[in-house]
Amino acid sequence: MTNGSTRPSPDMNAKPSLIARGWPHLILLPVCAVLMMPIAWLIIAAFKTNADFFATLFFPVDANGVLDLGRLTTASFGRLFGRESFHRAFFNSVFLSSALAAIGTLGAAAGGYALARLRFHGSTPVTILVLGLLVIPPPLLLAPTYELMHNLGLLDNYLAVILPGLAPAFAVFLFRQSTMQSVPKELIEASRIDGLGEIGIFANVALPLLRPMIGAMMLVMFLGMWNNFIGPQVFLHSPEKMPLAVAVANLKGTYYTEYGLQMAATLLAVAPVLILFLLLQRDFVSGLASGAVKG
Amino acid sequence: MTTPTARARERRAAWILLTPFLLTTAVFVAYPLYRSITLALSQTYGVGAETFVGTLNFRSALTDPVFWIAIRNTAVFTLGSLLVQLPIALGLAMLLNRPGLRGRAFYRLIIFMPQLVGLVFAAIIGSVFFAKQTGIINQILNTMIGLSLDFAWLEQHIPATLILIALWLYVGFNMIYFLAALQAVDRSLVEAALVDGAGPVARFINVIVPAIRPVLTFVVLLSFIGSMQLFELPYILLNNGPGPQNGGLTIVMYLYQQGFETGNLGMASAVGWMLGIALMGAAAIQIHLARREARDQ
Repeated sequence: MTNGSTRPSPDMNAKPSLIARGWPHLILLPVCAVLMMPIAWLIIAAFKTNADFFATLFFPVDANGVLDLGRLTTASFGRLFGRESFHRAFFNSVFLSSALAAIGTLGAAAGGYALARLRFHGSTPVTILVLGLLVIPPPLLLAPTYELMHNLGLLDNYLAVILPGLAPAFAVFLFRQSTMQSVPKELIEASRIDGLGEIGIFANVALPLLRPMIGAMMLVMFLGMWNNFIGPQVFLHSPEKMPLAVAVANLKGTYYTEYGLQMAATLLAVAPVLILFLLLQRDFVSGLASGAVKG
Repeated sequence: MTTPTARARERRAAWILLTPFLLTTAVFVAYPLYRSITLALSQTYGVGAETFVGTLNFRSALTDPVFWIAIRNTAVFTLGSLLVQLPIALGLAMLLNRPGLRGRAFYRLIIFMPQLVGLVFAAIIGSVFFAKQTGIINQILNTMIGLSLDFAWLEQHIPATLILIALWLYVGFNMIYFLAALQAVDRSLVEAALVDGAGPVARFINVIVPAIRPVLTFVVLLSFIGSMQLFELPYILLNNGPGPQNGGLTIVMYLYQQGFETGNLGMASAVGWMLGIALMGAAAIQIHLARREARDQ
């Protein structure tokens, strides 16, 4: 370990050697290749026929072992789109995830803002309540919530999946932190002098300033619901109400030898999330990390 | 009629803005939490039929060898995940934190991406990847190191399979936290250690680790809590069940089986409480460490 002294310092102009600068890439590039491999494989596998599926690891080849992209096919997608149940599962996922992300983020932002910037008796106890809720593991509430939904007549109703997820404590906490950082007290005072109501200040002054955290939280909640399996599995019964996470897992059980079909369904389930993330990733990664370090 | 003062308006607005949170919490957290206690102390047969039995549910779970299999599997996964995943995540974060590294944003994006696939879909891909004979993992390892094509990841080596899939999914998630912490480390501390002639190992142990310790304990706690609640990954990977010889049975899967396959909501609540106490204990230790840290500084 003698290369420690060659470590470049940002203040020095001396150019370190190519090897000193380049060696991290010799680790990072293979790591990225390994991490991306399953996703690349999934994309190719979704376009392979069942006959080709296990014949090669990645792209299909013809009888002479030569790469043959002509063997790729969209047949599996055609079959999936031909199935009413798959359409429905897709839209169920979009609906559940968007509804929860939109309403949940707004509810959490309102609560977090109130805890960070409004003076009222109860501010401290409610903050302690928020922190206390963070340590309750969701599986603990699974059985009593099932009973509650049964008693409310909400089993097999989307409300059973959405309602418990509204205004979750972790999001309220992160919005509290983010309000303290990015919504100055002076600005709120000035808005009061301008005659804006309290709710108006939250909606028109604070919310725009919280935009990065709103983006991050919407994505976190969208993802959480998109990948939620145990909630729909326990609280919903009708196959036509199931979101993709349950529907694709069931497809795996029913069509267990049709790998092309399974992988096409998996790709269609994963692709929207990957695309959404690539569009919003700036907000997402910075928002996620800021809460961690300051908290 | 009196006009409310500015202070009263502020107070009222606070409660209005907190209503969605407080209402949801009261109905869907506080009440179920209370009910989970009474349920845990009852014998139940589906919804509605129950008799008080004291600690019977706890005792019968703790004397059920299958529950102990679930505890063992969960513990092996949690420990393995922490020991494999966190050092790799920290190492990657340190590489990405090197000054002047090109392509940092690109690497960060790529390493983070698998997490978006989610446990359910990762499990579906994993069941094909880790299959005997045809699975890509055995094909590659067979070519590279001569591993038998019949190596039974999904039968005899389930914990290893789960740890590898979780590594793929979450190493980037943990790396983001470590990277944020490393970026907040005062450069002058590192430079000073460099001037004092501290080698890379000494700098790591004496400067970097103390500086990022709060985030380190936070990430350990987060990973511990997440790993202890493992359910979807083995359940779907092993075709909606615990796998051969319960090799993929976890504590939450045991809870699920008891509550929703057997219909014993009391037993499910008792198992939930045992898990909850373990996790709250871990959180209490973390809070204690964080407090001591704050006091020492």
